[in-house]
Amino acid sequence: MDDVAVDDATLDGNAIGGLLASVFGTEMTTATGTCGSCGAVTLVAELAVYLSRIGTVVRCRSCYSVLMVFTEIRGVTCVDLMGLASMS
Amino acid sequence: MAGTAVRGRLTWQTATVGLVTDETPKVRTLRLEVPDWPGHEAGQHVDIRLTADDGYQAERAYSIASAPGEPLAITVERLDDGEVSPYLTQEAQPGDQFEVRGPIGGYFVWEAGTGGPLLLAAGGSGVVPLRAILRYRSLAGSSAPVRLLYSSRSWEDVIYSSELDLPADGVKVIHTLTRSQPPMWHGYARRVDIRMLAEVAWPTAERPLAYVCGPTSFVESVATGLVGLGYPAGRVKTERFGATGQ
Repeated sequence: MDDVAVDDATLDGNAIGGLLASVFGTEMTTATGTCGSCGAVTLVAELAVYLSRIGTVVRCRSCYSVLMVFTEIRGVTCVDLMGLASMS
Repeated sequence: MAGTAVRGRLTWQTATVGLVTDETPKVRTLRLEVPDWPGHEAGQHVDIRLTADDGYQAERAYSIASAPGEPLAITVERLDDGEVSPYLTQEAQPGDQFEVRGPIGGYFVWEAGTGGPLLLAAGGSGVVPLRAILRYRSLAGSSAPVRLLYSSRSWEDVIYSSELDLPADGVKVIHTLTRSQPPMWHGYARRVDIRMLAEVAWPTAERPLAYVCGPTSFVESVATGLVGLGYPAGRVKTERFGATGQ
């Protein structure tokens, strides 16, 4: 994907440690995620994170594919892990 | 299930503002009193959530400025277009309350047993979690050698300057001032570059561990530079603050 790049608005997985802990019930930034598109294996803390008012998008640092999307609707967090091959 | 707290699960708690200290014209340290705070590690952060009268909520992550064992404190830089930092740096008074959850993070942390040598690299308010590491190093009686390379716009923007002027034994603080320098300044006066890193960073033969924190562009350039100098990527821990001041 060449329409997305790491710019100054890009955060990393540290920034969503609280969100992930509330969703998964445990510390997740030291877990590793495997990209379903390119196969890159990366610590969650090092993934590229984009925050906006409508939600949180997590992308692969190697190929920028979307790995995870979090949206909060009326206090309920919706989680889409479609781009992840695995997380451990 | 509403209102049921699962033991050990991260939940929002009420924090009460305690002592407030101005660090620079744009940066403030707030001590937070949180009942049943479980303690934290050096380098972790908290999430803070503010709720407006109309129910609108804004949430941001802030690094913990205090060492494990010290009262919980955060240091916040005011971003003029921010939703949370203007309140925390200009309006919050002792006794005010808001929601906090934490401690958060297991990656950007340092334990005394990990040892060193440590290279800490900070851009602007990225110094906050590194300060927690420095204070913890002293409290834990660690003798791990540390170099802190700290990039600020000007001397007035240096956070914790009085503390960093008197570093503990084995700690060296190297400043670079990127926009303006006081008269007679003999230190670095440019953005961190590969030449500066080559002069400041521990040789890779000493198996150093690096912690890099600051605005995203700062972290990207320092981490890339260190890897270029031969640091294994796994020995360079990074935390990006986005587009904050530097």
